[in-house]
Amino acid sequence: MRRVRVIPTLLIDDDARLVKTVRFGARAYIGDPINAVRIFNQKEVDELVLLDIDASKSARPPAFAVIEDIVSEAFMPVAYGGGIRSMDDVATLFRSGIEKVVLSTSALETPELVTQIAERFGNQAVTVCLPVKTTLLGKHRVRIRGSQKDTGCTPESVAAEMIQRGAGEIIVYSIDRDGTYRGYDLALLRSVSRIASAPVVACGGAASLDDFRTAILDGGCAAVAAGSLFVYQGPKKGVLITYPTPEQLRVGLFDALSAEAEKRT
Amino acid sequence: MATSSAVITIIDYGVGNLRSIQNMLRYLGIDSKITSDLGKIARAGKLILPGVGKFDYGMTELRTRGMIEVLNRRVLEDGTPLLGICLGAQLLTRSSEEGELPGLGWIKGRTKRFDATKFDLASLRVPHMGWADTNFSDHPIAAGLNEARFYFVHSYHLETDEPQDVLCTTHYGYDFVAGVAHDNVVGVQFHPEKSHRFGMRVLQNFAGWK
Repeated sequence: MRRVRVIPTLLIDDDARLVKTVRFGARAYIGDPINAVRIFNQKEVDELVLLDIDASKSARPPAFAVIEDIVSEAFMPVAYGGGIRSMDDVATLFRSGIEKVVLSTSALETPELVTQIAERFGNQAVTVCLPVKTTLLGKHRVRIRGSQKDTGCTPESVAAEMIQRGAGEIIVYSIDRDGTYRGYDLALLRSVSRIASAPVVACGGAASLDDFRTAILDGGCAAVAAGSLFVYQGPKKGVLITYPTPEQLRVGLFDALSAEAEKRT
Repeated sequence: MATSSAVITIIDYGVGNLRSIQNMLRYLGIDSKITSDLGKIARAGKLILPGVGKFDYGMTELRTRGMIEVLNRRVLEDGTPLLGICLGAQLLTRSSEEGELPGLGWIKGRTKRFDATKFDLASLRVPHMGWADTNFSDHPIAAGLNEARFYFVHSYHLETDEPQDVLCTTHYGYDFVAGVAHDNVVGVQFHPEKSHRFGMRVLQNFAGWK
């Protein structure tokens, strides 16, 4: 049976509260991140990505104490991103128990940091997250600083550069699909995974296990991430921390992937 | 020399996140100490060698901290049980394709880079990151581990000269050695501290071993 990682993406704000966005804009308060991690722990979640979405915008460092509290509750890998600017930040995070650091704004503004982290801690320690917005003309552009700044670069070019610099993984985060349940942007995922020699993680828009399956089989992704799907329930978006059971994942996702893999070999 | 066999000593040599291991042990009610003190390591009843990062960096840190002599004595002469995790497991081998320096050499074998040309699925990428089902041979560390899966994150994997030193195998592109065991030395490529109840079982078994 082929397993792929299914990753809840948790967003925290300036006050270390768990929030959820729509298109990187409108925010809803979800709750206490430590409580969410405890629940995900019980549900034997594969991995968590914790992103501080205000750190870069507010030009402040990561909230180390809060992060350490959150991570000490987790018995699965936790990747952290948001406001990481130096090797000191990175070393502190790893000492706290963070598995991987996620760079976005820093990766684009000081790309040498990616190389430094990879050289000191290994490629698998550094992930680059690319928030992507589609322009009116249908072009994909990477944005940073909480999606406020357009870098003018395509996700494919940035992904290729970052992998060359040592990034062990690329998260492609669709700003347009974020929080919308419209499904992943498969064309976007395909364009990046086609040229990426490192694993690509889909994020933004997932509404079901079907979306996970297509992201992997059609989008060429190695893993899938979701926010709304794991913190909300129902069309009225009641807050509920959830995750599929091992059985649901096996039947709804892994078996389909194995069957497809057998067909193609 | 008096040993405090109830307490597990987690070796701090500047690599790896030690707190996660301690957190899981604490959750299991198992006492542990994180230390870089050579005296404490020399008296340790049980040792864990963690590690995340590059082979040469790990070996250099062990050497400059004067830990290699102490560990050789404790492990090879005194027979102290030692569990290597991730990079810690790779350092147990003689060498790695990732680096130039020799490893501790307590396990006859080497650490090799994943050979993507041999993968049975072309879409698989290196590093191997994620959960994988792991099959164990008969060993006290493996007690109660049926249909176990663990979290892996690595670009290099173990290889042993002796088939009886293979503790467990996993499949990613091809079958590879995911754990080794020889006498009082055990090494696992995966992260027990990141593997929920499966990792807890491994740590529990190690704590109760010998």
